[in-house]
Amino acid sequence: MASTNSNLLSIRDLTIEYAGSDGTLTAVDQVSLDVPQNKLIAVVGESGCGKSTLGLSIIGLLPTPPAKIAGGKINYKDIDLVPLTEKQRREFRGTEIAMIFQEPLTSLNPVYKVGDQIAEAILVREIRRTKKSQLAANTDIMQKTYSSRSIQTTRIPRFRRHLTSQLRTEIIDALKLVRIADPEQVIERYPFELSGGMRQRVMIAMAISQKPSLLVADEPTTALDVTTQAQVLKLMKELMDEVKTSIFLVTHDLAVASQVADQVIVMYAGEIVEIANVYDLFSDPLHPYSKGLLSCIPAGYKEDTNLEPIPGNVPNLLNPPVGCRFAPRCPYVMKICKEKKPKLVESKQGHLVECFLYGN
Amino acid sequence: METSAEIKSSSEDVILSTDNVSKFYPIRKSFLSRSPSRFVRAVDGVSIQLPRRKTTAVVGESGCGKTTLARTVTMLIPPTSGKIMFEGRDITDKKWQNWKELYRNVQMVFQDPDSSLDPRFKVKETVAEPLRGLVGAGGNEVRKQVEESLEAVGLSSEHSDRLPGQLSGGQKQRVAIARAIATKPKLVVLDEPTSALDASVQAQIIKLLLNLQKQYELSYMLITHNIAVAQYLSDQMAVMYTGNLVEYGPTRSVIEKPRHPYTITLIASAPIPNPWKRNLLNIEIKGEVPSAINPPSGCRFHPRCPYAEKICQEVNPPLEAVAPGHYVACHFVNKTA
Repeated sequence: MASTNSNLLSIRDLTIEYAGSDGTLTAVDQVSLDVPQNKLIAVVGESGCGKSTLGLSIIGLLPTPPAKIAGGKINYKDIDLVPLTEKQRREFRGTEIAMIFQEPLTSLNPVYKVGDQIAEAILVREIRRTKKSQLAANTDIMQKTYSSRSIQTTRIPRFRRHLTSQLRTEIIDALKLVRIADPEQVIERYPFELSGGMRQRVMIAMAISQKPSLLVADEPTTALDVTTQAQVLKLMKELMDEVKTSIFLVTHDLAVASQVADQVIVMYAGEIVEIANVYDLFSDPLHPYSKGLLSCIPAGYKEDTNLEPIPGNVPNLLNPPVGCRFAPRCPYVMKICKEKKPKLVESKQGHLVECFLYGN
Repeated sequence: METSAEIKSSSEDVILSTDNVSKFYPIRKSFLSRSPSRFVRAVDGVSIQLPRRKTTAVVGESGCGKTTLARTVTMLIPPTSGKIMFEGRDITDKKWQNWKELYRNVQMVFQDPDSSLDPRFKVKETVAEPLRGLVGAGGNEVRKQVEESLEAVGLSSEHSDRLPGQLSGGQKQRVAIARAIATKPKLVVLDEPTSALDASVQAQIIKLLLNLQKQYELSYMLITHNIAVAQYLSDQMAVMYTGNLVEYGPTRSVIEKPRHPYTITLIASAPIPNPWKRNLLNIEIKGEVPSAINPPSGCRFHPRCPYAEKICQEVNPPLEAVAPGHYVACHFVNKTA
């Protein structure tokens, strides 16, 4: 894995554990990956493979406890995010790294109007900007007092306070950016009054209005209908180029990944088993799990194509198999697979795979 | 122009047909007001035929009425109006209604096995229940049939004493399928049978459903929002939009030559696992699915349709044949040829 300075985010040997009553399970096991500038990286895998945990760790929203980062680094623009305190991490959240969740109805606040919620996002951005410049000046005692005020106390549009016209224009611009047809009316609505697709657009507007460098999207279209999913994915891809951001897309749907991603990371049972450029992954998948996953997607008619399911089930992470975690389900299993753990190695230019069939 | 009456056929090859079936749910302003002023028109005048030993997929987006249609044809929710003929008998006719006989022959598999399986019933008790209740079988007969059903869905005898909580998602769905086939039904209605499952398990269940269909000569009605699954499993495909059937025909014909503007949009927005064909990023789609409480007048798709003209706002088009067995409800079907 070539570590270059052009990477926005690089994760090294990240291990995340969950403590439960039945013991500790390793949800993410020594994961290393890079997210370059202005690229869309898709992480795919089945439920329980650790893809959402990985996404949450980047933005620092892991529920701790039970989750715990047991080791490794998350380097964002050459700053390791792992040892930061909650207060320090908050400076990154939103303005540097933003997040879109699966179900917009649970991530939007039901008792505030859409406009007020977007206003909050914009104001947080403005406050942080002035805070930074004031700290740089750092002369006037009054300014110091102002800058040390926490963001919560400066949180603005709570009780239907009138939005200033400038703020209003900014909110409308944010909604226009996500292609909402009548932004003036949407501002005055509550989240429950909007359709699923509109709500997800509002979430995207809030995330994008902060102009983040990295957007973590955890299953952003899973709760949406297909025609709405197509609209939202197209929007995300267009905005990625407009605001020059990178997207870390977590999805269970390989078809979605193939449609939008530049690079695909395949995860299985807490480990990365393959990293490849999207074209390489779909034309020449190397890891037996990636191959299996591709031949599991129904494409075509039953008369012409044969589906080849992967036998068995995803292993229990409380008690993972010794050696390669895919070995019990693997059609190419060898003796060594059940004894030793393979390493993620570069098999071809930019194509990494964790399997004894390829070097190791 | 073919009307619903003409499409309706009494031929031997049809296991179930509906004639102009509607289901309206009343909305009362308060629980005191007696007469509801508005209705959710969940299913509105649907005529469909399910061919014997074949799979008919009903596809559409959430709120299009596909699940209500599935529950209506199985009489779990009796229709507001219209007839449902199962093997030549009208099952909505109150004079007939022999529920045991009906449910021996018509069974359902639901989306979420966690809610469709009783958490306190062991696997074997779950599968035995329809045999005892519907067939009136007992003792050895039940035991033998339970074993056969579990084996058919790929579960071994060690699973038969477990509770649903001790099984994986795929295994639970297998139990639900075993229960559905236990009484040797003729028609199985599958309501999103693979939507709650992971990709690798989904493929296992799809294969299982195909094998069972051959083994037991089953007819399937498959309700799904997943176009790829519908395309793979079905022989006939019906597309619904806000309670209306907008297109119906052989799967290959509907997928390759969709004629209703909504079907065209729907198929184009289904993501395909092919990075060289990025269909998703090239399509233009207007608006979102309208509410079924107050659907648009005339053709319900007209506010989103690129071909809409004045007539579309006024008249809801009937289904018309565009190819053998392929019907489309659109005023300007010539424009999409």
